[in-house]
Amino acid sequence: MLVIENLQARVDAEDGDGRQILKGVSLKVPAGEVHAIMGPNGCGKSTLSYVLSGRDGYEITGGSMSFDGQDLAEMEPEERAAAGVFLSFQYPVEIPGVPTLTFIKEALNAQKRLRGEDEVPAPAFMKLAREAAAQLGISNDMLKRPVNVGFSGGEKKRMEIFQALMLQPKFLILDETDSGLDIDALKVVAEGVNALRNEERGMLVITHYQRLLDYLKPDVVHVMAAGRIQETGGPELAHKLEKEGYDKYAGEAA
Amino acid sequence: MPAVKETIEDVRQLESDKYKYGFTTEIEQERAPKGLSEDTVRFISAKKGEPEWLLEWRLEAFKRWTQMKEPDWAKVGYPPIDYQEAYYYAAPKDAAKYKSLDEVPQELLDTYKKLGIPLKEAEVLLGVEGAEASAAEARNEGSQRKVAVDAVFDSVSVATTFKEELKKAGVIFMPISEAVHEHPELIKKYLGSVVPVTDNFFATLNSAVFSDGSFVYVPKGVRCPMELSTYFRINAEGTGQFERTLIVADEGAYVSYLEGCTAPMRDENQLHAAVVELVALDDAEIKYSTVQNWWPGDSDGKGGVYNFVTKRADCRGRNSKVSWTQVETGSAITWKYPSCVLKGDNSQGEFYSIAVTNGRQQADTGTKMIHLGRNTKSRIISKGISAGKSDQTYRGLVSVHGKAEGARNFTQCDSLLIGDTCGAHTVPYIECKTPKATLEHEATTSKLSEEQLFYARQRGLDEESAVALLVNGFCREVLQELPMEFAVEAQALLKVSLEGSVG
Repeated sequence: MLVIENLQARVDAEDGDGRQILKGVSLKVPAGEVHAIMGPNGCGKSTLSYVLSGRDGYEITGGSMSFDGQDLAEMEPEERAAAGVFLSFQYPVEIPGVPTLTFIKEALNAQKRLRGEDEVPAPAFMKLAREAAAQLGISNDMLKRPVNVGFSGGEKKRMEIFQALMLQPKFLILDETDSGLDIDALKVVAEGVNALRNEERGMLVITHYQRLLDYLKPDVVHVMAAGRIQETGGPELAHKLEKEGYDKYAGEAA
Repeated sequence: MPAVKETIEDVRQLESDKYKYGFTTEIEQERAPKGLSEDTVRFISAKKGEPEWLLEWRLEAFKRWTQMKEPDWAKVGYPPIDYQEAYYYAAPKDAAKYKSLDEVPQELLDTYKKLGIPLKEAEVLLGVEGAEASAAEARNEGSQRKVAVDAVFDSVSVATTFKEELKKAGVIFMPISEAVHEHPELIKKYLGSVVPVTDNFFATLNSAVFSDGSFVYVPKGVRCPMELSTYFRINAEGTGQFERTLIVADEGAYVSYLEGCTAPMRDENQLHAAVVELVALDDAEIKYSTVQNWWPGDSDGKGGVYNFVTKRADCRGRNSKVSWTQVETGSAITWKYPSCVLKGDNSQGEFYSIAVTNGRQQADTGTKMIHLGRNTKSRIISKGISAGKSDQTYRGLVSVHGKAEGARNFTQCDSLLIGDTCGAHTVPYIECKTPKATLEHEATTSKLSEEQLFYARQRGLDEESAVALLVNGFCREVLQELPMEFAVEAQALLKVSLEGSVG
């Protein structure tokens, strides 16, 4: 599903001398699997999520990334979204004046148009929204409010998962979805993510901590440091990291 | 949101045909001799068969105008206008009534079609005999909202729809040139009573040479049964358009009026100096909405309409209310400050504005709220969006006089910058001569953020749609004040106006 090979990228800088962040990341996430990427601050985890989703400001300097056989680097962000790549943002963005449901409906229909599908009829959309909202404990009032405006950190993260439930992407990248969540909110969000889990859908879960992984139970855990995957293992690797920290990889980061 | 409904294909198409209203209609024009003199004024007045008093009124205005100086305080720059190089009157020949649809010049019908004017009843609009009855029948079957249209084609109001229905309600809605003959007492009483002949350079010019426009009178206690609408269009080469609109809402009356404007593409600049006067008596309410989409000139700043407009409402009566809502995306130069004079106690004035400038457009626009009566209230919401190499200024005055105890004003001016070659300026003037008033002013300037754009695109919206969505969100408080038909049109217009502004 997602195949990343020796991916290298740097941040664009005005002087043309950007810092190299990704120094050869290789990773394969087959359909149906949940992979976690753990690592210290500044190791390149968030950069990886932005490069995968096509944010401006990064230059790919080597390697490749493909999704269902399509070269992601050749695609606009909205084309990647329509192909099924969804990024749950670490810091969801506020969009004043645009009601949440309007935003999602526009996005869903835009994706469907790009895929050559029919737009979703309003009643079906509303039914979907009610179900997803109930699952995540989101009030009607919240759906009418402008996107993320005045939401708490936890509410924003919950809204990201709500959007994923509505858009039904093929692949989810969760960028520190657990940050800013108290334990109850974490549980609700994790249940939302688990509801999305199925044999066709892949996930890449980026996190510092193992507590989200306790709920999500990833199939594979990668440790990332200094712009590379340093170690790959099963769920037990997350527990080991929780105990031992990232010091072991500090040498690589230098 | 309908603004983002277009498919990518449509957007591409629009790109090549960005100003879709830019076409010229080849119909015979009857024009006044070039230039402006007492003779021009007499010519126009004679063309319209005006009574002596109106000719005198015009000549008085002309005399004053020759002694006035063009204002230069606005933050706009343009080469000096040679007022002798323009034509001050152009009428489509045979603009009178038609016996049947066959007599209506095909070009005229095509023009309406291209304009997308909601003319299900072109016949009615063009004054074809017998059309009104059959159209009214058809209307009763459908449940869509009714809008009466008065189209001003160059200088002459071509026709007014729904006349019969309005007549039943006692509402007068007709070209002002007709009203001069049919309701001289009303015209004499109200014309120039809000914007005096000597008010300002452009208003005085208009008073001397105004060609046509709409007149509305809603009698006591009547709620106008439908929205009234006028479409203005400058067509003839080198003609200035000087409409004059007068709306009077008598005690307890209500009317909602929509004004839409377009102009064809021309290399030279076209002058447009309109005057709009609104009078609201006791407990009356007028809602005036404008979507202005005059030709803005090309990307090098060549051509385009100079839009120098005086719009003012007189809230004469107690508890009267006037609401201006405008979406301004066109014109090369805009100089426009729709105002409310709040004379009656408890009267209210509102100004909701979206102004978009792109390319080389320049706009200096805002409002004036003059509080004279007690407990008068005003509310100003202004959303300015600058893109390209454009420059935009919000200029507003809130003035509270000594007797206006209990007056309240709330002003919010937000500017949004797209790109880094445009400018936004806010110039609020506030005068308050009583300690018993409450004034609030909020202003923000922000840039369309790359973060927001990326967020929307990650969810599947292409760049143009994402910009449109963000801008619609920015303008939401104003868009929701617009009547339904206009809101849809306005959102589409915002999108088209901002094409190519990012990236």
